[in-house]
Amino acid sequence: MKFLCVDCDRQMTFEERQLPGDGTLAAAFRCPACGRTVAMLTNPMETQLVASLGVRIGGRTVPEQPMELVRTTLAGGREDAFADAEPGGSRPPQWDEAAQRRLGAVPSFVRGMVKRIYTDYALERGINVITTEVMDAARSDLGLEGM
Amino acid sequence: MTKRIRTYRELTGEDHSGLGAQVGAQHDRVRRRLASVTHTVAVMSGKGGVGKSFVTAALATALARVGRRVGVLDADFHGPTAARMLGARAGRLDVTDEGVVPATAAGGVRVMSTDLLLPEGAPLAWHEPDHDHFVWRGALEAGTLREFLGDVRWDALDLLLVDLPPGTDRLAALAGLVTPLAGVLTVTIPSDASLRAVQRALAAASGAGIRVLGIVENMAGYACGSCGTVAPLFAGRAADALAEASGAPVLARIPFDAPAQASADAGRIADTGAAWDACRLLASALLARLDAA
Repeated sequence: MKFLCVDCDRQMTFEERQLPGDGTLAAAFRCPACGRTVAMLTNPMETQLVASLGVRIGGRTVPEQPMELVRTTLAGGREDAFADAEPGGSRPPQWDEAAQRRLGAVPSFVRGMVKRIYTDYALERGINVITTEVMDAARSDLGLEGM
Repeated sequence: MTKRIRTYRELTGEDHSGLGAQVGAQHDRVRRRLASVTHTVAVMSGKGGVGKSFVTAALATALARVGRRVGVLDADFHGPTAARMLGARAGRLDVTDEGVVPATAAGGVRVMSTDLLLPEGAPLAWHEPDHDHFVWRGALEAGTLREFLGDVRWDALDLLLVDLPPGTDRLAALAGLVTPLAGVLTVTIPSDASLRAVQRALAAASGAGIRVLGIVENMAGYACGSCGTVAPLFAGRAADALAEASGAPVLARIPFDAPAQASADAGRIADTGAAWDACRLLASALLARLDAA
């Protein structure tokens, strides 16, 4: 999808995506000419429709993880169904206590995959310790829905 | 006067979401994954309860026994049984950068099923808003099929058997994802009720341009465990009628074999008895059909 500033007749550029965690989604676009910003707000049904296709509004910032759709949408899956390997054989970053607590609150079925996404994020940026601040930054940068 | 608004195609800037490109990338993943699979064969029936999963599991085992590299994708997400029949239920699935490592059954048969992901007795359910499920269920299940095809490390296979649920919906999704699909094996029982249901499924397959590799008549009589004789079980001659109507051959008639069924329910495909003999013949006949393509 594209957004057009009708007054300026210019295509608006994507600014950011926010996922408040209530099943809705916000995507902001700015007009490069007049600076006006608009937000597209989707309701839970619209958000779910898009999520069901395994695609991301605003595009992907990290590659799709193996069986990402199943692991993020299947409810009540076996806790020990998957065993996630550390990515690429690099030395994984440490998790501080608060970050571990927050990770522990993620549904177990997808916890391994979520951990891997945060780990990838930290490795790509040379971050040695994952904190809740790092997790917040990753959520914002990567648009991690409900993670 | 209303100002004319330029169209999507007239705007030359980037489509940041690129939803179409994302879907295209998903299909590319499936294509790349299946590049090392020689034949993908759907096992279907228009009717439930005809023993399709047993046929799939026994056929996979028979193919492995003659040295073929085989995978089984259980696409019956709501009623998965093939993995259990193959004895591939226990254990965790390793997730690597290259994908999810499937479970392995006897003979090295590689298996993926929702049965491997769900607790015992748990129904398939999704995280979703609590109303209007019908709107996205189809998309979620098509997405699950796509991920089972594209995100599982099938590695090099001679055959990937896809055990479809009753009906024809998932066949269309499969045919949209797997190009080319080698064809479908259609499972029926001898009864007229089965004939009518399977006829519809065959018509759907033909209408979609999918090759019907053959008909398998399951429960074609009752094999006595003591004397080995086969007595009638169902009235009707569905397989012959379907073959005549579709032009596809009857590849096998598999008698109901109580010990074989009990063994499959316990997680082992029995390699003796009348059903096993028929499944071995089915494996040979299927390979011949595929080679003749």
